[in-house]
Amino acid sequence: MAPRILVVGEVIDGAMSRLSGETATMARLLAGAAGGSALGLVVDPSPDAAAAELAAYLPRVDAVTALATAGETWAPHALAEIERLATDGVTHVLLGVTADARDLAGLIVGRLGWGLLANADKVTWDGSGPVVEASVLGGKAIVRSSFTGETGVITLRPGAVTAEPAGAPGSVDARAAGGSPAMPVTKVLDRVAEAGAEASLEEARVVVVGGRGIGGPEGFGLVDDLAEVLGGVVGATRASVDAGWIAYARQIGQTGKIVKPALYLGLGVSGAMQHRVGMQSADAIVAVNKDPDAPIGEIADLLVVGDLFDIGPALAAELRARRGG
Amino acid sequence: MRILVLTKPVPDPAAGSERLGSDLRLDRAASPTVVNGNDEYALEAALQLVEAHGGEVAIMSMAAPNATDTMRKALAMGALRGVLVTDPALAGADIPTTVRVLAAATAKETFDLLLAGLDTSDGTGGAVAAGIAARLGLPLLSAAAAIEPDPAGGTVRVRRLSARGYDLIEAPMPAVVSCTQALGAPRYPSLKGIMAARSREITVLGLGDLEADLSPADGAWATRVIAADPPPARAAGRVISAPAPEAAREIADFLADRRLI
Repeated sequence: MAPRILVVGEVIDGAMSRLSGETATMARLLAGAAGGSALGLVVDPSPDAAAAELAAYLPRVDAVTALATAGETWAPHALAEIERLATDGVTHVLLGVTADARDLAGLIVGRLGWGLLANADKVTWDGSGPVVEASVLGGKAIVRSSFTGETGVITLRPGAVTAEPAGAPGSVDARAAGGSPAMPVTKVLDRVAEAGAEASLEEARVVVVGGRGIGGPEGFGLVDDLAEVLGGVVGATRASVDAGWIAYARQIGQTGKIVKPALYLGLGVSGAMQHRVGMQSADAIVAVNKDPDAPIGEIADLLVVGDLFDIGPALAAELRARRGG
Repeated sequence: MRILVLTKPVPDPAAGSERLGSDLRLDRAASPTVVNGNDEYALEAALQLVEAHGGEVAIMSMAAPNATDTMRKALAMGALRGVLVTDPALAGADIPTTVRVLAAATAKETFDLLLAGLDTSDGTGGAVAAGIAARLGLPLLSAAAAIEPDPAGGTVRVRRLSARGYDLIEAPMPAVVSCTQALGAPRYPSLKGIMAARSREITVLGLGDLEADLSPADGAWATRVIAADPPPARAAGRVISAPAPEAAREIADFLADRRLI
């Protein structure tokens, strides 16, 4: 059967998420290489705007109005639409690596029994199916994997492909959600935004991180300032999160976020294995640390040995001076 | 309350010696084994819930026969009994098989809450808790930063981490909850706990003990690894030590060279 690759777009504030543009581009490229087709799906209380955006990348997008997702978690409702599309010939589902997509991937595996290749950094089509490249064991190996059958779910990390619209926009097929999901639903009683949580660490081009050496919550003032001047997002190590200096949402590493920015700037970060797992594939790594033997030196392109409370402000001033000049 | 926690034995990430074997599977002999980090947060949350509401915590692992050693560490934290699902046919099992087997094994248990880590440090797929919820037809409450059951009302509320902050979500029990580090640090086992764990029961189940259609022949998994390579080596970095203004100029020059500013 000809491959039919479904992209599930995600909606943020009524608009398509940036990562959805990447997954859609990847699906279109794979469908082209496979001689198959790609299509999109948006499931939301008001899906139309995001579906129109997604259709810039794909020949067809299903815009499913699911009013229930205003007050219930999204994944069971998205699953219900995917189950319908699977009986309609969809062979592969491509998702971004997000919290909702992780839930959805698991539900698909549970309901349909499909294989899952998670956290892809690269996907190609080798003639019979997708080949997924992913970093495993905390970056110690890069594995290439494939599905043994004709179906599967892939989750794609940010930055695996550059989002690029198709030559001509596709059609949007609007319909209402087809009844209640097979899964029991979970109610959403409240959605709470927390200050500073908007900026996505995973999608950031520049990440500035405060580690144990930052000394306390006030030390993050310096981290914030450097992030601002570099146009970056603030991250943290487990040590600074455990100390209560910053929210867990900012944590990079094993039990936090995995980032792959163009620039990682670490201030007072020792480079424990738990943290390295989350950042070692950054394009450029710069670290400021008073200890010349800090393990982060093993992976840093530039290790500056010295007091971060002297060097940090000097760097902010230098960058502002250059930008002004 | 009855709480069942899935605890996966994984290679200790802190040891840094994880590697793939020549068969491209994880070489489980290459590293010391610990309870998966996110599963420890789940277990700690479970223990605190039964301390507050009464009840018991049990653990379940699907792993090799020698996983009982690692399970004893979880029992030493305070879980009262364990279930080990182990079968030679499950070596190298893929995610859908893991989900099917664990769903069949958990279905034999009675629980109000089934807790598991959001993901595991060796597999990192993060699909197993959701997959089991889908198989069992139970509600999924994911990425928990706080778990508040209402045993009288038969519901559970979870503070679910979102990209923006958190969502407050609620479902009837029994329910499946996937757990994060934000739940709080796990306790260290006490000496008393370690002693008690020695005599706690670990029930061993094989595929023959489970009612499920799940005996795929080895190699018939849904996914396979084709090749594994070491990551591209990073060029040796530069180390500088200089007064702050000069160090700042050096960093700025580096960033300018890389077109990062």
